Amino acid sequence: MSTISRDEVAHLAGLARLAVSEEELNTFAGQLDVILDAVARVGEVAADDIPPTSHAVPVTNVFRTDEVRDGLSREQALAGAPATEENRFRVPRILNEEA
Amino acid sequence: MTAVAEIMDYDEVLRRFDPVLGLEVHVELSTATKMFCGCANEFGAEPNSRVCPVCLGMPGALPVVNGTAVESAVRIGLALDCQVAEWCRFARKNYFYPDMPKNFQTSQYDEPIVFDGGLDVVLDDGEVFRVGIERAHMEEDTGKSLHVGGATGRIHGAEHSLLDYNRAGVPLIEIVTKPITGAGERAPEVARAYVTALRDLLRSMGVSDVRMDQGSLRCDANVSLSPKGSGEFGTRTETKNVNSFRSIERAVRFEMRRQASLLVNGSEIIQETRHFDESSGETSSGRRKEEAEDYRYFPEPDLVPIAPSREWVERLRGTLPEMPWERRKRVQEQWGLSDEELRDLVNASALDLVAATVDAGAPPSEARSWWVAYLSQRANERGVELAELSVTPAQVARVIELVAEGKLTHKLARQVVDGVLDDRGDPDEVVAADGIEVVSDDSSLQAAVDEALAAQPDAAEKIRGGKVQAAGAIVGAVMKATQGQADAKRVRELVLAACGQQ
Repeated sequence: MSTISRDEVAHLAGLARLAVSEEELNTFAGQLDVILDAVARVGEVAADDIPPTSHAVPVTNVFRTDEVRDGLSREQALAGAPATEENRFRVPRILNEEA
Repeated sequence: MTAVAEIMDYDEVLRRFDPVLGLEVHVELSTATKMFCGCANEFGAEPNSRVCPVCLGMPGALPVVNGTAVESAVRIGLALDCQVAEWCRFARKNYFYPDMPKNFQTSQYDEPIVFDGGLDVVLDDGEVFRVGIERAHMEEDTGKSLHVGGATGRIHGAEHSLLDYNRAGVPLIEIVTKPITGAGERAPEVARAYVTALRDLLRSMGVSDVRMDQGSLRCDANVSLSPKGSGEFGTRTETKNVNSFRSIERAVRFEMRRQASLLVNGSEIIQETRHFDESSGETSSGRRKEEAEDYRYFPEPDLVPIAPSREWVERLRGTLPEMPWERRKRVQEQWGLSDEELRDLVNASALDLVAATVDAGAPPSEARSWWVAYLSQRANERGVELAELSVTPAQVARVIELVAEGKLTHKLARQVVDGVLDDRGDPDEVVAADGIEVVSDDSSLQAAVDEALAAQPDAAEKIRGGKVQAAGAIVGAVMKATQGQADAKRVRELVLAACGQQ
């Protein structure tokens, strides 16, 4: 039983900025199906009184005091940037379409 | 595109449709540090000078929640009459955009820290409109983009963009209303009044600078129209980042008219974000609204859940200051204001200024008169907010004091205030620099009085005959001759004495 379509895989790949070939779409659709089925089985056994787990450790309320700490110097921050201009990170055109 | 000429008349819109609003307000908290790292939260610093591996999204960097920001979120929720979650998590909102170097925004999804509240909003005529609050959640602000090339600094047509990440990671609270229905023709006013009331509330709590001009308070307005009586919600548009109170009102009004024009022509409303243009007062199409699932939200694995204990919540409730509506009531009683006087004071955004002037020693009635009348007029002429005028409450109080001491007449006092507004120093400095003083020594005044009496023999005769109210004309003439510098009370005494009435 296929629950995830090739189109959905292509859509997800697009959102994740992953280049996926036509062939891979079939492969991943099949593999994701298996994964989804496996996860769905968890839902069959989990009772309503068991909350979904997102964190493995039972810890809450970890807070930092609101005190300024030194970060990076501007030179350090910009050191890894492919391009800079006016002390800012320079990035290519964001929107492709013309207004 | 609908041209302005074809756009539907506002009254016609209301005959056919009921507006439904949803307002999303983003508030930058004025904490010392960012939401998830210890970088300074500071407006206007040199670009990329308040950054670290966490807010730059470098591999391996781990966030830690700012406890003060959580406290502020809970306090804001309490002030908005909300429930506080027993347990909630952060979530990743995934999208690729250069203003967010992590490629996701740490936000909250289906577990907001506070939810289900409301805010009573006072409209211009004093009527109270309750706006329901759906939720408020914690998230982080994005970096600031500078678009280079193209015409107007907008993203459209830009050749490339420059990023400053000082703002990336600044604590944000997003406050979302429930659908606002039943406002009818007053919908645009309700939108403006709501954001104004929220601004006042947050300012009184000291949790944010709430400066719309600096972006620490931003409003997105969702607008849809429901055919009259149908009870069905229409497709909505979201007008982004409307950055003044007046613009919120204008944007909502324009969207109502634009959507109505489309609907009656059988066209569909496209669910999209729209941009408000301050100069034309119109909105224009932005991007298509992404579906929520396209953000692929999931619980943030690097941050543990937040579980505010009820004791902590109650302790925070105890730290809430006097709320603006409580303060208005107290001030009204203390200063003996009528409902109308209070309304004028609030509508002129003069409450804080008058209160500060009273604190500086001025009587409430005089302080109110200066701010609501003369200074409001001056602010209007200069096209600035009252609070932006370069005169302080202490300076106004000093001018009031000088008048009370008889050292200034009302006319001279206005002259002194104008000098302060022109950045010529404190009232006393302006008085000294311009040699402004009330002329009250009899020798200088007597000549002017004699002259005025001679010039108006009829009035002089009447006064001599006992009609002392005729003295007003003579006093007026003397004031005019002395360019307002004479002590009017003394002038009147001299006039009456000269006519044998004293």
